[in-house]
Amino acid sequence: MTVVGDEPYLPYDRPPLSKTVLAGRVPVDHTPLPRFRTLESVEWVLGVAAAELELARNQVVLADGRAIAFDRLLIATGTRARPWHDAEQARLDGVFTLRGRDDAEKLRRSLEARPRRVLVIGAGFTGSEVASVCRELGLPVTVVERSAAPLVGALGRTIAGRAAELQREHGVDLRCEVQVEALEGDAQGRLRRARLSDGSTVEAEVAVVALGAIRNIEWLGDSCLAVGPFGVACDAGCRAIDVNFVVTDDLFVAGDIARFPHPLYRQQFLSLEHWGNAVEQGAIAAHNMVCPPTRRRPHLAVPEFWSSQFGVNIKSVGVPSAADEVMIVQGSLEEGRFVAAYGRDGRIVAAVSFDRGRWIEFYARLIEQGAEFPLEMATGEGRPLGPAVPAGFPDAAVVREHATAILTGHDPDTRRVKLVPRRPRESPCAKRAS
Amino acid sequence: MRQESILRAIYDQASRANPYPLFAELRRTPVCWQEDGPDEGGTWVVSTYREIVSLLHDPRLSSDLRHCTQPGVDARALEPMPFIRLDPPEHDRLRALTMRHFGPPERPAFIEQLRPQIESITTSIVDGLVGERVFDVVTRVAYALPVRVICAILGVPLEDHPRFRVWVDALIQAFSKLTPEARAQRDQAGHALRDYLADLVRHHREQPGDDLLSRMATDTGPGAPMDDPQLASTAMLLLIAGHETTVNLIANGVLTLVRHPQWLERLRREPQLVVGTVEELLRYEPPVQLIPSRTALEDIAVAGATIPRGALVSLALAAGSRDPARFEDPDRFDPERSNNAHLGFGSGIHYCFGAPLARVEAQIALGQLARGLDRPRVVTDPPPYRPSPVLRGPRELIVEVDGVRPRDRLQS
Repeated sequence: MTVVGDEPYLPYDRPPLSKTVLAGRVPVDHTPLPRFRTLESVEWVLGVAAAELELARNQVVLADGRAIAFDRLLIATGTRARPWHDAEQARLDGVFTLRGRDDAEKLRRSLEARPRRVLVIGAGFTGSEVASVCRELGLPVTVVERSAAPLVGALGRTIAGRAAELQREHGVDLRCEVQVEALEGDAQGRLRRARLSDGSTVEAEVAVVALGAIRNIEWLGDSCLAVGPFGVACDAGCRAIDVNFVVTDDLFVAGDIARFPHPLYRQQFLSLEHWGNAVEQGAIAAHNMVCPPTRRRPHLAVPEFWSSQFGVNIKSVGVPSAADEVMIVQGSLEEGRFVAAYGRDGRIVAAVSFDRGRWIEFYARLIEQGAEFPLEMATGEGRPLGPAVPAGFPDAAVVREHATAILTGHDPDTRRVKLVPRRPRESPCAKRAS
Repeated sequence: MRQESILRAIYDQASRANPYPLFAELRRTPVCWQEDGPDEGGTWVVSTYREIVSLLHDPRLSSDLRHCTQPGVDARALEPMPFIRLDPPEHDRLRALTMRHFGPPERPAFIEQLRPQIESITTSIVDGLVGERVFDVVTRVAYALPVRVICAILGVPLEDHPRFRVWVDALIQAFSKLTPEARAQRDQAGHALRDYLADLVRHHREQPGDDLLSRMATDTGPGAPMDDPQLASTAMLLLIAGHETTVNLIANGVLTLVRHPQWLERLRREPQLVVGTVEELLRYEPPVQLIPSRTALEDIAVAGATIPRGALVSLALAAGSRDPARFEDPDRFDPERSNNAHLGFGSGIHYCFGAPLARVEAQIALGQLARGLDRPRVVTDPPPYRPSPVLRGPRELIVEVDGVRPRDRLQS
């Protein structure tokens, strides 16, 4: 087995990077994953990216020109942080993204120097956790989020309202429905301020660009796999799907880059950027890569993720964004400790807890069993369950595909899909979404 | 004549030495009604791993016996009740107010920092055995260590031990079937212990030390302090749970290791094996065998059965931890077992509060005993057991050794 990775490090744990590592409580070199004896015969090719997949020759070409042949291949190139859109502004001293351990270490050092204010651009999980660490360190922080509240995409507006309160209670200068238009530096190229879409400015010496992730698919450009901004499509057994939507035999996909169908969510293809999914899907892919074809297992785990921010442990099971309604089933929004159940079409599809994580397992089972929504049950809390209310997810983002699929050929022998790069003209749809 | 239920047989003292065949019998019906349970009214018993885990996370199952409407169940308890007998939100509030002084997030290093102190208490206990050839492991070690540790943590004077021991013994009996007289005795003991602890809390408030009761009594954080009756009630829970469980973990541990000499020998040579050994003991000989008093708040359908609203539910942790559907070869003692997610500490919101302390105590005690005792043999196997089927462990464990090596010679 050969493992290729573009980072120079052996596998390590990413979740602490935006939490304990950034806060300086755990040194970054304490994050490597434990290695078991069974991994001793593995060849690690680190610090070199995979540059091209040559299916015709069953080999991967690396950035340094080397070619590695394979019988079976696992595609697990994951994602990278979405960079600030203006390359020159992104180069200003004090502008950071956070994805790998080098990023975390650089950002940690800059926070250690106690900047007068930190600007966090984007209040998804990474941005919110960075803001939380800043407050823990006593640093003034401004969070700019273009939607109505932090974590709206993950939790929906109703529950995300509590995330917004949490930030404000902890002294975050939270500005929602605003965007950063430009980052400005001084003559020495150091970040000085940000100009916002509402005309205001924020003076800051550090800016963390936390605008989500981009999947590392470029190296698969000519591979003839079904590749797009949401990753590489695969079946539930992690087998890659080619551009004609035919399942391949020896190519497997797992982790952030995988786009896989989930029967609990109307067979829709899901792309999940969660640690738990990478672990579970990786195990399924590994099994299926080496087992006889009749023994293949499906990846049917109920998605899970967690976050810790502002002293609160947030856990989620299922896919909240698949819901249109939400109800509080334990605790209350006012206390800040609760479990919220999410539903659609009479079924529970997800649950989210704030500081009530030990219950979440129960809801995972309800989701597996397709339990009815709204929930009706008696708990020991001595109060009725909350009413089902709109969950408040933004309309599904219209993501502009980088290529258009067209059909070519006329008989079964030649009929194929071809991806043609999109012309630069913007469609009205794409404009509205951006 | 009505046939005795499996649970009744488990509660019978005669089964105490080896209840596991009976637990296996229970597992044949994962969720079953047992006519003749701990109280006259019977109970639903859940005995398979998956079903126990699912119910431990089910908000429709209450820990508050006042919800139980089953005839014959004695729901009376000393009020206010401690968090082990409460549901959220009150449970969460009280547990958090207590955890604040015991563990993460506020005091994450507390238990780890106690390690040297627990090591040295253990060393003095083991050194005290030097020169003896026959002794009782329960009194001398398994009981002595956790009592001294919990007293130090809580700020309970060790010299009061003879007084509170009598009350605690009477209370522990409460887990077995009781006569009215025994019940009255139990209630009396409960009052006496609570009054004693209430006095102690008042004393600590006036002259606070660095112990947990002083910290709780003088806490000025959000929502603190607990009111005095609740604090005394919590102190009672911590004091009892803090030693009456660990004593069994250590005693069961010595017994099991003597019965498996190959593992005892390996533990002597490979000290790091003690971590897996303690985890396996928690699975194989759990100090808490059952959670006897949960209540269904509505009809709960599980594993083909329906537990009716208001019914008493017992979760047979010891049966779940030996469920062959979850653990390969479950009746084999294997400290190197992987993926050992045992039920020794329960799960869900009532997951054992003192688990990290119990782990450290058992690891240190068994590690030192494995290295210090020269060729230990159990004189009477099986040993006599304490009466409780819930907190199960030997009453005494007489061990014969060729010698006891003092700690300082071990280190050379």
